Amino acid sequence: MADATRIRAQAAGGNATVRVLMAHEMETGQRKDAAGKTIPAWHISDVTAAHNGKTVLTAEWGPGVSKNPFLQFNIKGAKPGDKVSVSWRDNRGDTRTDETTVT
Amino acid sequence: MQTRRETLRHSAIVAGWLAAAGLLPGPALAFNAKAFDAKSVADALKALGAAAPAESKDVTITGPDIADNGAVVPISASTTLAGVKQLLILVEKNPSALVAVFNLSDSVDANMSTRVKMGQSSDVYAVAVMNDGRALFAKKEVRVTLGGCGA
Repeated sequence: MADATRIRAQAAGGNATVRVLMAHEMETGQRKDAAGKTIPAWHISDVTAAHNGKTVLTAEWGPGVSKNPFLQFNIKGAKPGDKVSVSWRDNRGDTRTDETTVT
Repeated sequence: MQTRRETLRHSAIVAGWLAAAGLLPGPALAFNAKAFDAKSVADALKALGAAAPAESKDVTITGPDIADNGAVVPISASTTLAGVKQLLILVEKNPSALVAVFNLSDSVDANMSTRVKMGQSSDVYAVAVMNDGRALFAKKEVRVTLGGCGA
């Protein structure tokens, strides 16, 4: 099981800025190991963000996103106390969902 | 008489439509493997079913002029226009150009920041796909001192 996703959501001027840090290797599929064999790609392929249970953003990522991916976006009309959850799924089928409260 | 090239192009366009309509079989979440396999910016956009992109001042890309470490290049894509369906980030000279696709809703600003890998110095594109199918882009050259792909 992957490590927890770190999410921080801060309200400012009626919107909330959400910063997400996911723990993931994001292997590109380009690198080779010591034996010269290609290391297979292993990356987050789908990301979903929800505000109070309603999906507000989905993303599709290739292996070109950096290791331990960072994502920042703004949710309109989010107030302190609202719930923001972020889930991802990688190309091996692993998933992880984490939730935080807007402060 | 259709050439092979035309056939391939048409199938890519149709695949894009099908994917957009959710008709393609496969995982419930719509990871568009074809678009992420595309080698060039034009192919990736085609695989997504977007029109030929036009440069626009209303789309903004922000990133460093020189990136010390190509494995972690902070890039922001944003637009001030209304009616944006998707924001894309593409790195022209990466092994596969398409890095990320963001499917926006009315509840989020069209302003996404993330970090990308870059194999070498290259133009980085931010593309905004509008609800009416137009694709608008902005590009920025980022110079990389140490590549982030390969060994």
